[in-house]
Amino acid sequence: MGSQGGFYQSKEFLDLVKSIGEARSKAEEDRIVLSEIETLKRRISEPDTPKRKMKEYIIRLVYVEMLGHDASFGYIHAVKMTHDDTLLVKRTGYLAVTLFLNEDHDLIILIVNTIQKDLKSDNYLVVCVALNAVCKLINEETIPAVLPQIVELLAHPKEAVRKKAIMALYRFYQKSPSSVSHLVSNFRKRLCDNDPGVMGATLCPLFDLITNDVNSYKDLVISFVSILKQVAERRLPKAYDYHQMPAPFIQIKLLKILALLGSGDKQASENMYTVVGDIFRKCDSSSNIGNAVLYECICCVSSIYPNPKLLESAADAISRFLKSDSHNLKYMGIDALGRLIKISPEIAEQHQLAVIDCLEDPDDTLKRKTFELLYKMTKSTNVEVIVDRMIDYMISINDNHYKTEIASRCVELAEQFAPSNQWFIQTMNKVFEHAGDLVNIKVAHNLMRLIAEGFGEDDNTADSQLRSSAVESYLYILGEPKLPSVFLQVICWVLGEYGTADGKYSASYITGKLCDVAEAYSNDETVKAYAVTALMKIYAFEIAAGRMVDMLPECHSLMEEFLASHSTDLQQRAYELQAVIGLDAHAVESIMPSDASCEDIEVDKALSFLNGYIQESIEKGAQPYIPESERSGMLNISNFRNQDHHEASSHGLRFEAYELPKQTVQARIPPASLASTELVPVPEPVYPRESYQTTTVPSVSSDAASTELKLRLDGVQKKWGRQTHFPSTSTSNSTSQKTVNGITQVDGSNTANSRTRETYDSRKQVEISPEKQKLAASLFGGPSKTEKKSATGHKSSKPSSHMVKSHAPKSSMEVASEKTSPVQQPPDLLDFGEPTVKSTAPSLDPFKDLEGLLEPTTQVSSAVNHSSTAAVTKSPDIMGLYTETPAGAHHKDSDILSGLSNSPMTNMVGGTTTMQVAQSSKSPNLKDSLEKDALVRQMGVTPSSQNPNLFKDLLG
Amino acid sequence: MIKAVMVMNTQGKPRLAKFFDYLPVEKQQELIRRVFGVLCSRPENVSNFIEAELVRLQDSRLVYNHFATLYFVVVFDSSENELAMLDLIQLLGQQTLERCFKNVCELDIVFNYSKIHTILDEIILGGQVLETRSTEIMRAVEEISKLEAATNAISFIPKSASSWLSR
Repeated sequence: MGSQGGFYQSKEFLDLVKSIGEARSKAEEDRIVLSEIETLKRRISEPDTPKRKMKEYIIRLVYVEMLGHDASFGYIHAVKMTHDDTLLVKRTGYLAVTLFLNEDHDLIILIVNTIQKDLKSDNYLVVCVALNAVCKLINEETIPAVLPQIVELLAHPKEAVRKKAIMALYRFYQKSPSSVSHLVSNFRKRLCDNDPGVMGATLCPLFDLITNDVNSYKDLVISFVSILKQVAERRLPKAYDYHQMPAPFIQIKLLKILALLGSGDKQASENMYTVVGDIFRKCDSSSNIGNAVLYECICCVSSIYPNPKLLESAADAISRFLKSDSHNLKYMGIDALGRLIKISPEIAEQHQLAVIDCLEDPDDTLKRKTFELLYKMTKSTNVEVIVDRMIDYMISINDNHYKTEIASRCVELAEQFAPSNQWFIQTMNKVFEHAGDLVNIKVAHNLMRLIAEGFGEDDNTADSQLRSSAVESYLYILGEPKLPSVFLQVICWVLGEYGTADGKYSASYITGKLCDVAEAYSNDETVKAYAVTALMKIYAFEIAAGRMVDMLPECHSLMEEFLASHSTDLQQRAYELQAVIGLDAHAVESIMPSDASCEDIEVDKALSFLNGYIQESIEKGAQPYIPESERSGMLNISNFRNQDHHEASSHGLRFEAYELPKQTVQARIPPASLASTELVPVPEPVYPRESYQTTTVPSVSSDAASTELKLRLDGVQKKWGRQTHFPSTSTSNSTSQKTVNGITQVDGSNTANSRTRETYDSRKQVEISPEKQKLAASLFGGPSKTEKKSATGHKSSKPSSHMVKSHAPKSSMEVASEKTSPVQQPPDLLDFGEPTVKSTAPSLDPFKDLEGLLEPTTQVSSAVNHSSTAAVTKSPDIMGLYTETPAGAHHKDSDILSGLSNSPMTNMVGGTTTMQVAQSSKSPNLKDSLEKDALVRQMGVTPSSQNPNLFKDLLG
Repeated sequence: MIKAVMVMNTQGKPRLAKFFDYLPVEKQQELIRRVFGVLCSRPENVSNFIEAELVRLQDSRLVYNHFATLYFVVVFDSSENELAMLDLIQLLGQQTLERCFKNVCELDIVFNYSKIHTILDEIILGGQVLETRSTEIMRAVEEISKLEAATNAISFIPKSASSWLSR
């Protein structure tokens, strides 16, 4: 070594490398390196170190840093070396700084000047070295310092310099596109450079530019095609051949660029067909690089506008790849197949066997790639095979990261394509058993919900069969040692809910099992909590059924333990259990009804049952509650006025209505703003806010509204600084209703606005919707390319056939399945729920105003209003009911709707009124749909099992 | 673009590491360790690709090849072709280094650190493959070597490192 160039190295360095190579342990190596660092530190700072010595020290430093040790003390010396006049020392200096420093390092500023000087050097080698450093070290701020020289160098006589200058410019573009945006045309110019190397270099920046903005480069398609043609026809100098392939790297880059330019562009693609076909034929499939080009051709073909002949060639190439003995080629084949099946799904069939072979392969990379392909290929006909395979593989691997991913994919596929409930539950069991701690807790919740709700069929026996099979499988699985916590939670819940439902197992058997679980996993409090609750349910069902409850001794001891538990949650549950056992059958039945997990729990979020208490307190002189949002905001009043103006001018109909409130607002402003300066900040933002609210809400102008407004403001005025709109609550029952409505609207003022706009646009929307439906139909029913989508479409269409159900969750399932459809707007909702409601909403407003004093109608109208917001708001998660507070608008939705839920009569009224008003309604059974709509929202269930987006967070 | 080129021996000791996107030294070390961990668990006669997830990299792919006692690893993103990268290793490892050092061995790389960096700089610039003609690469290297020879009269190194430190 060293023989060729005589790169100077000393004996010391040799010894260092040797001793490190012979080091027996990491500790020994570290010791050697640390002593080396000490030596270097001393030597390097000695004055008058000869240059060549210095050069060696720096190289040794680089080596030390590569081994993972800190060499920062030498950075400054490397920087100094770049200033040197001799090329060799300079080179070493530049090499070291490019390895040591990043573009934001403080020392860079010391190098910029040198780089500037070197870029002007006569010696092209110096320029090249400086350009190397430019690529690595110049950051956004220093770009302007060297940019002029780089541009000059683009026309340098030496091709090596031009090439590097282009790369430098490209790096600038990557770091800060705006800094070189005016120079981008240089890349186009250099594409015509007479040196193929320089031309090849420009392809890199052009590829990036085209990725970002395809359309401005469509004109280059012809040029790229002709360049590719020339390259493929071996018009380039022989030196560019590589393994008998003409300039393969250039070909690959060009094919990548063509793939971008031809994507979805028939005209551009047609220009490419001939040359791509030529390359398919000419490619030498015996060499590695030949296959690289072939693979790139396949990628190109699968990206551009499809051409049957080329697709055929691509399919041929893929089958050659897959049949090859080389794992690399198989890997590429699988990857290419994944691309091509997007266009022609049928080719996957020919290669089934080859794909299965790859699954058996010892190569892990290949296996994973194949699973990725299978994941893309899954449809309802092959889901069982694929998921089974995936689970087997999941069990076999140790890498938790990948295990998580594959588990979530299994769950996703199972949820999407499950052929039967039985299979689904079994699959989920397997996933939980082997990767339970890795899957998202939501998956478990979904499973529980699925078992509770069934599959949405009307067939109750099927559902109960599903449950008993689940119970049976769980009792069996409990025999296994060491189950994941999440899975145990599911098991406990299902056993508690359905363990005794079919009468096959006695309560004491199930409770015994549950106690076993709680004991065996005594360090898992969540599981214990689930187990206690399950016990409580079992006992409650027993009591309700009139049977004697006989607590097992182990259960007793468990309870004693929990009653004294450090966990307050466990304690609470244990006390609850104790209390439940002491109650009589009737009471138990009402607090723990059997099979009621799907029933709605009414939560009165407005806490209306406290109204009496509040009133009492206020009468006694207590301060009323002011919502937080209205407490601190020193809202700009003129802003509100502006908004009022805006509102008024944009909607001619409301113009009159706004006159009054505006005046009142103005009248009130001076005191209000005055007060604000007098440090009474709390209440007055309420006035503008309120006046604003009242102006927007009773949108269709009515005298009643404005008089009411006046009245109320007066009331407020009297109770200066204290009262908000709440005092009016105390006047009478009916008005309180009204104010509640008003508040609702204010809180959701955004939605209110958007709603009004929506009503105005309603006609337009109705016009659009057929178009959307068409799109949906083409995505679902048409000769769609992806099975997955069509399969979900099929699924979603199925449950919609039976529309009204007494069982709320089922309709929620519908919504969920609809949500999966690729079109954002669920087609079913479009069909009956939404448009009709939209069109009725504005016309219903007068009803509201006229009959505002009648309680039930107010409810109806508000309900309708809310259903109109349905398009905008999403219903909250069922679990979210417990954990998170849904924000803003749906908050109120659920309030009022829950108030409504138990009065089918009002619902009926609502339905009929809408029928009368909405004559242009499309759906025949509008009433049903409305009811269903309300039910769905009332349930507040989000997209459940069928939603593919659910696992986004899992997949990362 | 190509993100990094790494050379390590079969014991996992890094012999060369060039990162085209800046990574702090600790991160570099971590990556090298992870890559080696994956490499040494791979059986013989399998593909030359590694899933980037295994080494906790985002949006990356890895290709490696094995020459004598050395692993050559290239890390790159989706805008490069895997097979082409494999050929790049071939180009670097077999053709160019063989030409430079006749019979390339581990120590050649350590001792000719700066030379190898020069070669790499010729082939890859700013993360893009710029030159694949090995004659051209050699010419550039020799030009620099000539300069070196002119400034350094003496070489302290024995003719062949591999002769006295065979591995």
